[in-house]
Amino acid sequence: MARTEILTGNYAVAYGAKLSRVQVISAYPITPQTSIVEKLDEFVESGELDARYVRVESEHSAMAACIGAAATGARAFTATSSHGLMYMSELVWWAGLGKFPLVMAVVCRALAPPWSIWSEHNDVLAHRDSGWIIFFAEDNQEVLDLIIQSYRICEDERVLQPVMVALDAFILSHTSTPVSIPEQSDVDGYLPPPGSRRKPFILDIENPLTHGNLTYPEYFMEFRYEIEKSMNSARRVIVEAGRRYGEITGRYYDSLVEDYRCSDADVVLVNVGSSSGDAKEAVDLLRDEGYRVGLLKLRAIRPFPFEDLRRICDGKRYIGVFDRNYSFGYGGILHCEVSSALSGIKVPVQGFVGGLGGRDVTVDNYVNIFKTLIDMADRGVEPKPPLWVGLREVV
Amino acid sequence: MSIPIRSLTLNEYLLPGNAACPGCPATMGLRMLGKALEGKYVLVIPACCSTIIEGPYPKSSYGVPVLNIAFAASPSAAAGVKAGFEVLGKRDVHVVVWAGDGGTADIGMASLSGAAERNDDIIYVCYDNEAYMNTGIQRSSATPYAAWTTTTITGKGEHKKNLPMIMAAHGIPYVATASVAYPLDFVAKVRRAASIRGMRYIHLHCPCPTGWRFPSDKTVEVGRLAVQTGLWPLYEIDHGIFKLSDICKPLLDKRNRKPIEEYIKIQGRFSRVSKEQLAELERYVESLWNEIALMIEKSKTSGAAG
Ligand code: SF4
Repeated sequence: MARTEILTGNYAVAYGAKLSRVQVISAYPITPQTSIVEKLDEFVESGELDARYVRVESEHSAMAACIGAAATGARAFTATSSHGLMYMSELVWWAGLGKFPLVMAVVCRALAPPWSIWSEHNDVLAHRDSGWIIFFAEDNQEVLDLIIQSYRICEDERVLQPVMVALDAFILSHTSTPVSIPEQSDVDGYLPPPGSRRKPFILDIENPLTHGNLTYPEYFMEFRYEIEKSMNSARRVIVEAGRRYGEITGRYYDSLVEDYRCSDADVVLVNVGSSSGDAKEAVDLLRDEGYRVGLLKLRAIRPFPFEDLRRICDGKRYIGVFDRNYSFGYGGILHCEVSSALSGIKVPVQGFVGGLGGRDVTVDNYVNIFKTLIDMADRGVEPKPPLWVGLREVV
Repeated sequence: MSIPIRSLTLNEYLLPGNAACPGCPATMGLRMLGKALEGKYVLVIPACCSTIIEGPYPKSSYGVPVLNIAFAASPSAAAGVKAGFEVLGKRDVHVVVWAGDGGTADIGMASLSGAAERNDDIIYVCYDNEAYMNTGIQRSSATPYAAWTTTTITGKGEHKKNLPMIMAAHGIPYVATASVAYPLDFVAKVRRAASIRGMRYIHLHCPCPTGWRFPSDKTVEVGRLAVQTGLWPLYEIDHGIFKLSDICKPLLDKRNRKPIEEYIKIQGRFSRVSKEQLAELERYVESLWNEIALMIEKSKTSGAAG
């Protein structure tokens, strides 16, 4: 029987890794990820988890060690945040472009300056082209569930790419909520035996292969295309893994998106991460007032859920996209991605930016966003440059 | 410590037809490494000449598995490989980092120091060709004083970073210096390293005809002169005990050292060395050997066999 415990998002990560029987952990502490690596250390030191813990001197080395471990076929795990992820970045790309299946939790946190330890998504989104599968979790339960599913996804022979599970700093990482923890035996039946992977590359002196050597233009593009093929297969594998996970836990994740009351909505807001809960509440409030609004939560942003997005948004009067990130001189990153994914479908897309550096995003904010979208739809106005939500001085 | 050449395996782990320059010292070292470990190792290689020597995909000139990795990351990647092997029960495979001086003494320094402090169970070989040769002869912290490189066109103003001693200061079980000009000494040191667990560091001097500007048939001669002039002393620090290698024992007496000019005059990179610079190099060798004498003394008085 699964048991329910009150866990922070960070502990949910640690329990997810433990249940996945990770074999090599390598990590460096950074706020607000720290309690993940502390909890894992506790698991390893107490013997609850049979893993090697490489306590490295930097995030750059943490990812290098995970790559090394994954190169032997062992199941590797790390976690980081913000500046840690940026410092690790070179090796993050190495892992993605080298097709090393491993899992990393990223506690999304703003980059300095100015220093901020609170949530923002630029750290993760700066790595969207690195060959990683990228999930955003809404709550602590999803955090734990995603970590476990990620191992099934990344080690699937059709995929063999690393996976990032993003969770918002403090809003999830340090907030305790009830989390249902599955039985170890159920997870054991769900995941392949740790260390059983033979592909795509295993360091084996009986069968010497070299990984990552210089490649001339005549072969290079095929390496890239392999990753694209993996990403395309991942769409199906993610859904299969989520369904199967539902069979062992009762919690089904059978889509790359979550469609919250979108089917008959006139206006749909696209969102990721922890604030989706507030957005859903805003949807409910407005529905009670008779407004037909819906929320489309993207669970995965790589691979990008083109089909779901187009299917759900087609025929709507207005689409909004909320970004907890910013690409300076352009706009919200997801806004840009959603707009391009919807090209060809005649639907206006308005961007909203907010929650940067942990600025509160409230249910009221979302109510206002929806009302703005409804108003724009009613007046038939074209989308404007991104609207900043919750700025102290509105200009 | 010496070993008979007949004891070496006839198997080759560096395959012919590789992409090295003629007279390349790195290939000499790689060949001896393979023979010393008899193929029971995997290589972790950062950006350096050896990634080119390896040859382009889909070929490889290395007869063992290789994980190529980013420039600064080889020690920690190797630590991960070792950890992976351990959890999978593969205990008889050595994990060897093969990295140039740039990837070791410069950009890889933090990661190397981390691996040393953790005493990760890896063999680290720095093949030191005393500059960034792969990008075309730029200065590294291992470039010697007064040497020309494309980023020290009037000669480097600082001495070589004493990396073996920095590694020894980490208190790791085994540190050794070696030279490709003394292959059996290198093989013996690799074998000694292989018999120990924990972090083992070998600094292999690699005269590079391309970057040092000497004819490609003189690699061994230049390497020997580096040792014979006292500029590159060969020693081991085995569990804290300093041992001067037999080849170098006579050099404790400075009268037995060849004049530094002999080493310098056959290399284009030193063609503009002034009298003052030469005197500075002489002073440097002197201080190097004074330190060595002290270490020998210390190892004796600490009661352990030297
Ligand atoms: S530059 Fe020197 S070390 Fe590099 S491959 Fe050529 S000879 Fe060998």
